[in-house]
Amino acid sequence: MITFHDVKKDFGKLEVLKKINLQIKEGGIFAILGPNGSGKTTLIKSMLGMVIPQSGAIKIHHQNILKHWKYRENIDYLPQIANFPSNLKVIELINMIKDIRNGNCRDQELIQLFRITPFLDKKLGHLSGGTKQRVNLVLAFMFDSPLIILDEPTSGLDPVALITLKELIIKKKAAGKTIIITSHIMSFVEEISDEIVFILDGNIYFQGTISALKHQTKQDHFEYAIASILKENYV
Amino acid sequence: MKSKKWLFFVILIITTPLLATTIEVCSDCQIKTIKAALSVAKPNDIIKVKKGVYKETNLIIDKSLTIIGENQPTIDGQLKGDIFKIKSDKVVIKGFNIINVGKDFANSNTAIRVQKSNNFEISYNRFENILFAVYIEKSSYGKIINNKIFGNAKTEINSGNGIHLWDSKHILITNNYIEKMRDGIYLEFASNCEVVNNFSTKNVRYGLHFMFSNDNSYLKNKFLSNGAGVAVMFSKRIKMMNNQFLKNWGTASYGLLLKEINDAEIKHNIFEENTIAINVEGSNRIDYENNNFTRNGWALKVRGACYNNVFKKNNFLYNSFDVSWNSKMNDNLFEHNYWSEYSGYDLDKNGVGDVPYRPVKLFSYIVNKTPETIILLRSLFINLVDFSEKVTPVFTPDFLIDNQPQMKPIL
Amino acid sequence: MFKILKYSFYDLIRSRWSFIYLMFYFLLGVVLLFLNNNLSNAIVTLLNVVTVLVPLIGTIFGVMYYYDSKEFTELLLAQPIKRSNIFLGQYFGVAISLSISLIVGLGLPFIYYGLFISDKIFEFLTLIIVGTFLTFIFTAISFFIAISFENKIKGFGIAILVWLLLAVIYDGIFLISLIYFEQYPLDVFSLGAVMLNPIDLARTLMLLKLDISALLGYTGAVFKKFFGTNFGVILSYLILIFWTIIPILGIVWKSNKKDF
Repeated sequence: MITFHDVKKDFGKLEVLKKINLQIKEGGIFAILGPNGSGKTTLIKSMLGMVIPQSGAIKIHHQNILKHWKYRENIDYLPQIANFPSNLKVIELINMIKDIRNGNCRDQELIQLFRITPFLDKKLGHLSGGTKQRVNLVLAFMFDSPLIILDEPTSGLDPVALITLKELIIKKKAAGKTIIITSHIMSFVEEISDEIVFILDGNIYFQGTISALKHQTKQDHFEYAIASILKENYV
Repeated sequence: MKSKKWLFFVILIITTPLLATTIEVCSDCQIKTIKAALSVAKPNDIIKVKKGVYKETNLIIDKSLTIIGENQPTIDGQLKGDIFKIKSDKVVIKGFNIINVGKDFANSNTAIRVQKSNNFEISYNRFENILFAVYIEKSSYGKIINNKIFGNAKTEINSGNGIHLWDSKHILITNNYIEKMRDGIYLEFASNCEVVNNFSTKNVRYGLHFMFSNDNSYLKNKFLSNGAGVAVMFSKRIKMMNNQFLKNWGTASYGLLLKEINDAEIKHNIFEENTIAINVEGSNRIDYENNNFTRNGWALKVRGACYNNVFKKNNFLYNSFDVSWNSKMNDNLFEHNYWSEYSGYDLDKNGVGDVPYRPVKLFSYIVNKTPETIILLRSLFINLVDFSEKVTPVFTPDFLIDNQPQMKPIL
Repeated sequence: MFKILKYSFYDLIRSRWSFIYLMFYFLLGVVLLFLNNNLSNAIVTLLNVVTVLVPLIGTIFGVMYYYDSKEFTELLLAQPIKRSNIFLGQYFGVAISLSISLIVGLGLPFIYYGLFISDKIFEFLTLIIVGTFLTFIFTAISFFIAISFENKIKGFGIAILVWLLLAVIYDGIFLISLIYFEQYPLDVFSLGAVMLNPIDLARTLMLLKLDISALLGYTGAVFKKFFGTNFGVILSYLILIFWTIIPILGIVWKSNKKDF
């Protein structure tokens, strides 16, 4: 279980998170939605300890994460931008992350799944964006951790890989993992997520299931439902 | 008649040595001490001293004698004053090991003192634990050859010189080795002397020192790690050639110091790793030719009024500063020198650079004014300053210039 | 930390730039030794190169590596590793690979030239040690600056400015103040000023070995004591170590506070 208690973060004058209170329970797929600059990525990064809040507490499994790092052994993370040291080979990068985490590891299976095998001996600098993102996904799913955080996982993926990704996420959910996703692709979110968190200007406007959202906004379509929250706030 | 006279001289020359007797000195001989031998000897006799230790002092030689040590006998002065005092012409002292001369500085205790003697020879002796080794006064036509002098001087005040000449003429000093004295060789009011092929090292003051001594020359000597290599002061017409001035390295130390020197020749010498290779004050009409200045702090440091000096065909190699000039130019001339820092070109391929070289850097000028700035030596800023000064000279004397810098070192 | 170091190092050692850097020193060494054929002149020239170029390259590589590997750093930050270890690992990776380029690039031609039978071996060793120190110091300073500034261009500019300040401007101010205050005793001031700039310190250490301990002793008792004995050398090395540690601590401090 993840809890945010009065979490506040600003970058200079820009308030990115305004006293966020949030609970994410164990198991299931949670989508964090919001327009660009609403604080999605900051929210995710503060869970990972990459952003340090000015005040408030973030607890994962009842443990405050500030200044700790061990808890990240139980988190898999897919960053938004897949940019790797260009002189390392793919296989070396995979081995390196394995080496750093010392976890039990399903890399072979994932390499097959995302069709990385022909690229293993290529340098990362020579890969296309889509291939890089596939490598990124292999790294993120390799360790079978109970908490999986995916920041824009669909970007740059070809349709085949996108289907593979969806299946994989669903499989993880079935295995009882907690999965947190940010994405712009509403159809993708609607298809897989159990619960969504809508964040705007550093505040949480909605947390609940998609049907609850539809019900609350009296809209039949998910995208319209989202749009109506935005309208309410900007009109 | 003429041929008879000639025959007479030949006979005289052949028979003269036969008239001389040889006196032997040893512990088993009839004569057991050198002093006893000296008292019985007649002029032109030969005294042969066999191997052994002779504890004797104050041996006065007042007649022409040849005193030879066989197999290097030792004369131990037991720190009681002088050992030999030569007061006659034609005296030879050869092949001794002379140790433990007195330490009375007021009387300048000496191993071999020569007074008013002509045609003496001091050779193949070894000196140790002495105040002065050889002290020549008012004498001439002497030879000091192949001696080895080992001092243990620590300060200038309570030490003496290796070979000391005062008011003497036509003395030849050659093939000697001198270490750890005050001055290795000292000449005062001496003239027409030649100092050749000596090795003078680790002396606390100078390897070789001239005061008020005109018309002398020193050639092919080596001066290594002395307080300062050679000091030539208040003297005229000194020839300094083919010497090596090495590693005279220390605070205010130099290879060669010239003070009030006129009409000298300084040629074919090697100056290597001295703090200052040549330090010149008030010296005129000196020819500096074909010298090598390598890796010195300053190759040339000139102060005071210096007129009509010529610096020609010298090699200036990798010195921290080539020239520091604290005086007016006064008709001094630099030409055909090789400067390792010269970066000009030679389009007409005549071996002479087409751009003149200015050997005084701005930094050298700054260091003269504020010595502490030397701590910035070889910093990028200083290199930039020197470079811009080179391009547009403002501070450095524009008359100090070599218009014919060589492209290759002079062999 | 050592795992990060290992991978940063492997990454860098195979990069084109490390190779170019190594080849630069190699060719410089070859040209100086075999075309000029004078060992002590070569060392003097290298002194200028080491005190100017090594800090510059350390600065540029440090800043570039930090900004280039930023996204990858974020990947690492999500891993169960202590924050400071990530940056220290990357820092040491850069510093060590640069140092190896320097040591190998200069070492090979010198060894081939017959350095070990020459009496210049200690001068060469001092050159290498001092160069390695400068690499570590300036890479650390540039890492510290890069961590402090999110904007790449700003970080790069400030890092270069710091290099310019320490390599050139500092000595200019130093020189002017020496000339301006020449009537006062200046040796303690000068030594202090040298200690406060790692480039000056490195240069002075080289000068002590190269030629000028006597030249420096020429100016006064404090200089003489400092430069004439081992005291100055030992103190200088201690302060160089201090100069290395301070920006490294800065990296640790900054990295613990920073948001990514």
